[in-house]
Amino acid sequence: MAAYTPTETHIEVHKFRVLAVIGVTLAALLIQSFLPVHFPRARMLDLPLLVTLYFGFSRRNPSTGLLLGMVIGLAQDCLGRSAIGLYGIAKTLTGFLASSFGSRIDVEHPLSRFGLTVAFYIFHQAAYTLTQRVLLAQHEALFTTHLLLQAGLNALVAIVLFPLLDKLRLPS
Amino acid sequence: MLAVPMRHRSLTLLGVVLLAQVLALAVQIRTRSQGRLIRVWAVETITPLERAGSWTILKVRGVWNGYFGLIHVRRDNAQLQAENDRLRLRNIELESQAAESARLAALVGFRDAHADVPMLAARVIAASADSSSHAIFINRGERDGIRRNMAVITPDGVVGKVFEVYRNTAQVLLLTDKESGVGALLAGTRTQGPVGGVGEPLLVMKYVSNDENVSAGQQVLTSGQDQIFPKDLPVGTVAEVRPGAPFKQILVKPAAHLDRLEEVIVLLTRQELVKSPNAGTESAPGGSSTPAKRNQ
Repeated sequence: MAAYTPTETHIEVHKFRVLAVIGVTLAALLIQSFLPVHFPRARMLDLPLLVTLYFGFSRRNPSTGLLLGMVIGLAQDCLGRSAIGLYGIAKTLTGFLASSFGSRIDVEHPLSRFGLTVAFYIFHQAAYTLTQRVLLAQHEALFTTHLLLQAGLNALVAIVLFPLLDKLRLPS
Repeated sequence: MLAVPMRHRSLTLLGVVLLAQVLALAVQIRTRSQGRLIRVWAVETITPLERAGSWTILKVRGVWNGYFGLIHVRRDNAQLQAENDRLRLRNIELESQAAESARLAALVGFRDAHADVPMLAARVIAASADSSSHAIFINRGERDGIRRNMAVITPDGVVGKVFEVYRNTAQVLLLTDKESGVGALLAGTRTQGPVGGVGEPLLVMKYVSNDENVSAGQQVLTSGQDQIFPKDLPVGTVAEVRPGAPFKQILVKPAAHLDRLEEVIVLLTRQELVKSPNAGTESAPGGSSTPAKRNQ
């Protein structure tokens, strides 16, 4: 009986300075907060989610991914009007899954980043809406065409943003 | 002690984190609390940064609106400015053409009024390069029948005389030149006296006795005795009269606008300019004509 030998694929784990992670997170929250004031259409963006996804894909560590997602989500909750925990839960799950996917598939290619961002954006919104429905009994639409548009827009921004954030990586 | 396998550590952490947040939500629902304290912390932390960011973006927007956003306005303004300049130039050109038409009409009218007198219209093409002399160049020369000492006038009055003749051009010495002179008389008293230039805008009438009654405003005409200018052409008007020794000092303002000549008439004969009812035709400056023989 032949023994099963799994195919070994080398997935590089990228590291960042802690200050860089904190700085990028704060910048994302900051821009997300005041950008729509001056540019209302910027409300369609979810920069904190993109940051969560990026660090999840890059670090490829589910624990740090979910913790970073939690922190970012909770901060977003605190700076918004929603109950604290809604974004926290959604981003915790998203960070965890992004890290898990990042450790299994190539997330460096722009097309891959685009597709994953669309998928995770929809997942994030679904998690948020389901949490609202289940825990807060607030009935929000689960899936809309507007959601797809937002997902596509955020994915386009991700294609531009992620290469910029790549420059913050520590040399391996 | 419960040992958590490494591969399940992240899942366990996920469960714990999610549970904690669900509990936090439950607490908020139960106590109707909005987590004010943690929100205050978060907002107090982020607000200064937001303020700085907002200030920055306002400044950037201000710069954008005040400068980059005005690029189109500046371009439009430049286009309008250019159009305005073009229209102003066009307006000047039309005004110039209208003025030229008026001058030419005056020349034609003058020519028509003296149809029997051979004369030639000429355009002033240059002034003298010598600043100490008052002379002009006209676009008529020997080929056109121009000769030395021919009288040059405008419908307003005497301009000067032809000083040098070249093949296609001629130099005209203006009345205001120091070397220039014309035999003249006072229109009212017929008192004669040569009028010459002194290099100034005003002319000087010489050799008029202090006994003569001369007053400002009197018209000065050519006397015809210089053998250059026909009789009774307007030379100018007396501008100022001073007693002198032994003659009066009489300053005459030229009748022709010597400081802005553009077209002149060259008299090809010394024939008297008597107005003729028969209107003749003559070419405009630059056109061809057949000069008549100068009657000397």
